Amino acid sequence: MSSKKDPELPVQPKSGFSRRGFIRGVGIGSGVLGTTGLLPKEAAAAPGAAVVGPGPVAMTLTINGKPVNLTAEPRVTLLDAMRNYLDLTGAKRVCDRGTCGACTVLINGKSVYSCTTLAIDAQGKKIETIEGLPVNNPVSAAFVNHDGQQCGYCTPGFVMAAHGFLREHPNPTEADVEHGLCGNLCRCGTYMGVRKAVVEAAKGMKGGSNG
Amino acid sequence: MANTPDYSWPPEDKRKVIGTSPQRLDGPQKSSGRAKYSSDMNPKGMLFGLYLTSPYAYARLKSIDTGEAERSPGVRAVHVAAKAGTEMPWQGFEIAAVAADTEEQARDAVRKIKVEYEVLPHLVKDDDLAKAGTRARQGGETVTGDPDQAMKDAEVVSEGQYGFAVVTHCCLEPHGQVVQWVPGNDPSGANDHVTVWPSTQNVSGYAGSLGTNIKVPATNIKVRMDYIGGGFGSKFTPDAWGVVGANLSKQAGGRPVKLYLERSTELMIAGNRPSAYGKITVAGKKDGTITAWTYQGWGSGGFTPVPPPDQPYIFTRVPNSRRNRTGIALNGGSQRAWRAPGNQAASFLTCCAIEDFAHKAGKDPLEVFKLNAQYAPEARVDTYRFQLDKAAELAEWKTLWHPRGEGGGGTVKRGMGIGVAAWNGLGHASQCRAVINTDGSVSIEIDSQDLGTGTKTIITQVAAETFGLALNQVKLVIGNNDLPPDGGSGGSTTVGGVSTSTRKATVNALDKLFAAVAPDLGATPDQLEAVDAHIRVKGSPNKSLTWVAACRKLTSSISEMGTYNGRQQDTAGLATGGAAGAQIADVSVDTETGIVKMNRYVAVQDCGMVINPRLAESQVYGAVIMGISTALFEERIMDQETGKYLNPDMEFYKLAGIADIGNIVVHMDIRPENDKRGVIGLGEPPAVPICAAVSNAVANAIGVRVPQIPLTPDRVLAALERRNA
Repeated sequence: MSSKKDPELPVQPKSGFSRRGFIRGVGIGSGVLGTTGLLPKEAAAAPGAAVVGPGPVAMTLTINGKPVNLTAEPRVTLLDAMRNYLDLTGAKRVCDRGTCGACTVLINGKSVYSCTTLAIDAQGKKIETIEGLPVNNPVSAAFVNHDGQQCGYCTPGFVMAAHGFLREHPNPTEADVEHGLCGNLCRCGTYMGVRKAVVEAAKGMKGGSNG
Repeated sequence: MANTPDYSWPPEDKRKVIGTSPQRLDGPQKSSGRAKYSSDMNPKGMLFGLYLTSPYAYARLKSIDTGEAERSPGVRAVHVAAKAGTEMPWQGFEIAAVAADTEEQARDAVRKIKVEYEVLPHLVKDDDLAKAGTRARQGGETVTGDPDQAMKDAEVVSEGQYGFAVVTHCCLEPHGQVVQWVPGNDPSGANDHVTVWPSTQNVSGYAGSLGTNIKVPATNIKVRMDYIGGGFGSKFTPDAWGVVGANLSKQAGGRPVKLYLERSTELMIAGNRPSAYGKITVAGKKDGTITAWTYQGWGSGGFTPVPPPDQPYIFTRVPNSRRNRTGIALNGGSQRAWRAPGNQAASFLTCCAIEDFAHKAGKDPLEVFKLNAQYAPEARVDTYRFQLDKAAELAEWKTLWHPRGEGGGGTVKRGMGIGVAAWNGLGHASQCRAVINTDGSVSIEIDSQDLGTGTKTIITQVAAETFGLALNQVKLVIGNNDLPPDGGSGGSTTVGGVSTSTRKATVNALDKLFAAVAPDLGATPDQLEAVDAHIRVKGSPNKSLTWVAACRKLTSSISEMGTYNGRQQDTAGLATGGAAGAQIADVSVDTETGIVKMNRYVAVQDCGMVINPRLAESQVYGAVIMGISTALFEERIMDQETGKYLNPDMEFYKLAGIADIGNIVVHMDIRPENDKRGVIGLGEPPAVPICAAVSNAVANAIGVRVPQIPLTPDRVLAALERRNA
């Protein structure tokens, strides 16, 4: 793991494959990708830009108000960074492709699937995870009160998604909750309780802290 | 005290904790993300394991070369699971696994394993029996009465074909474990020590099973599981990955290894509900009485052919029938128990055929179900009729039901349908230890597991009831194989098992406490009772000791066992099996888009004595929502051309979301005669009839049977097109 010793100057792989090389290749060889505006920032920055990875690099994430350092490959998702590198296991890896919401965290106040966000791209942003909330925060308490959980594996994701939702919709109806939380899936079938819990949590949060 | 203690439940009017609805005790830990599931464990020095699996529906492994993978950065162990020559009869078959310092390194290493395959001819679809060829295994014919004559004599004959897709458990916490195998100095393995954090429905059975496979005595295997992220029947054994994970750990010199299936592998190999197809003819009288039933059924549980369940379901005393069943060997992952195994398919086939028969006879299906309830097991005939009426009342059947196809004038048609359920669910064998300490603290120890059903809360309620204590005065320990063994959580047997053993253990312990303090209270032990954290003389409330004061009189802690062997005759009246249920779906179908929308769903469920009504209702809600999901969305989609599983991910293997379920109304049938039967498990019974009820409701709405579930828009539109053709 020589690259771990010097994260600023990662070792280039022998194959010569790099993100920059990939982007160049796309630009030259692919009429489909080259002109569609995909990866605009990277494409624009490619000539002369610093290449990170593919070996581990040092990163600093701001999680629940505190800077946290880790060294991980640039391909590591925020979810895997939390679970595998930082022992923050409240967010769960379930679908691992932005479908089920079990990995939901808030980035700059918005709900995000951490399984489809690269850790390296989350630097400099305000990341909120369930570990940053008190055990008895209004949303979690309402999930208990309305039994909006069974096995509980999806629940932290629901709770974080509900926090994000309630910041923008402080007075939701159950129908609003259905719309706002349709990006999270539960397998045990707890939706009846979840609907009620989120509406109750909204009432509990009126005039108070948002958790 | 020579007599057998009285273990019976307190009468309804004396219960203080049983029958109330405290919040689930581990709720705050779960909803705050603090609960540590096995997959959340990150013990020091842990490696990440990952599988390489077969990409083909059917192949023989010609050669495997792991050399480059072994030299890959960070790799500490490589384990070959499928050696050259192995036949791999489904996609996702485990070939080899690696363990590396980081998950990323494990991914890289797996890609470097070189495998040569000899691809073999596959069969991955079973909807058409005629195409199964030599893969079909006839299961023989069963004849009751004289079906041929009864068919000739019938006034009404209805024929239909019904199909029931393979669906997967899709537990949100995938299958797997964190395991550490520390080799000892004895080559026999006698001094080896294993610690494992599995995701299992059977904590107390885990060590023996793993130990047999890895040749380490179960006494040296510690199994720990505080939480599990779903099982639904698919997580009973250590599985191949338990053994492979352990081997990786040993190879890596005893470093712990986390090996969980990736979602795609999970959906391919970690269990499924088998398919079921049936051509069914129902014959009978104009009044709706069924007189004959013929059934040609087929389906597949994977490469080992398993025929679909027998017919008819529940209405087993139909006097004349002919039934043929065929299993098909498919190149797909193997079936596992799936929340009421066999019963969902059986209910679907039967209830759809009865609804079609009722339509043919021009009768209200509610009346036809009630009439033919005469063919249900004798003890349940009245129960089904009562429950059907109750469900109809709650669903406003008499107002909202209409004959098939008369679902309104617009393009959106409304319809209603019925399904019925049965399940046994007697308690499993269970042992519990109740400890009363001299300082008054109390612990209950039982190696069970809480799948999210509320087992922890239920056990604690039973103990608190016996001791006359509050819930927070009882400390419960489960999920640890140093504790007295309890059965696996399957078949809705947990609540019956743990409530019986806990009741017995706590009564035994309390009797010891009574014996110890009776002299101080100037009474005999049988005159004492435990109420409101006091031990007092019955009828003389002022002659009492606080619980703590009574315990302080003990010279040593009390430790008493309660055991239950799982047999009906030994429940002491505390638990029983045999639950019935009736459910009604109310749907709207958009005939332009084919989209089915749930309006309301009514579930009437018989469940014996209910320990915690809130948790019981949650079980029914959950079962119904899972059922709606399978009725409308879920399906393992296979492509015969390539043999590929097309949707092994949660983007295209669809689960119902929060906006898909409509309103669900649960009615627990807790009439006194049911309460007297004792505790009955509730995980499976309400999960049985949903596909039937929803399919019947859609047929009622649009006037034609959609022959296969899930009732996806394309299938609904195709059925409408056939109707209009």
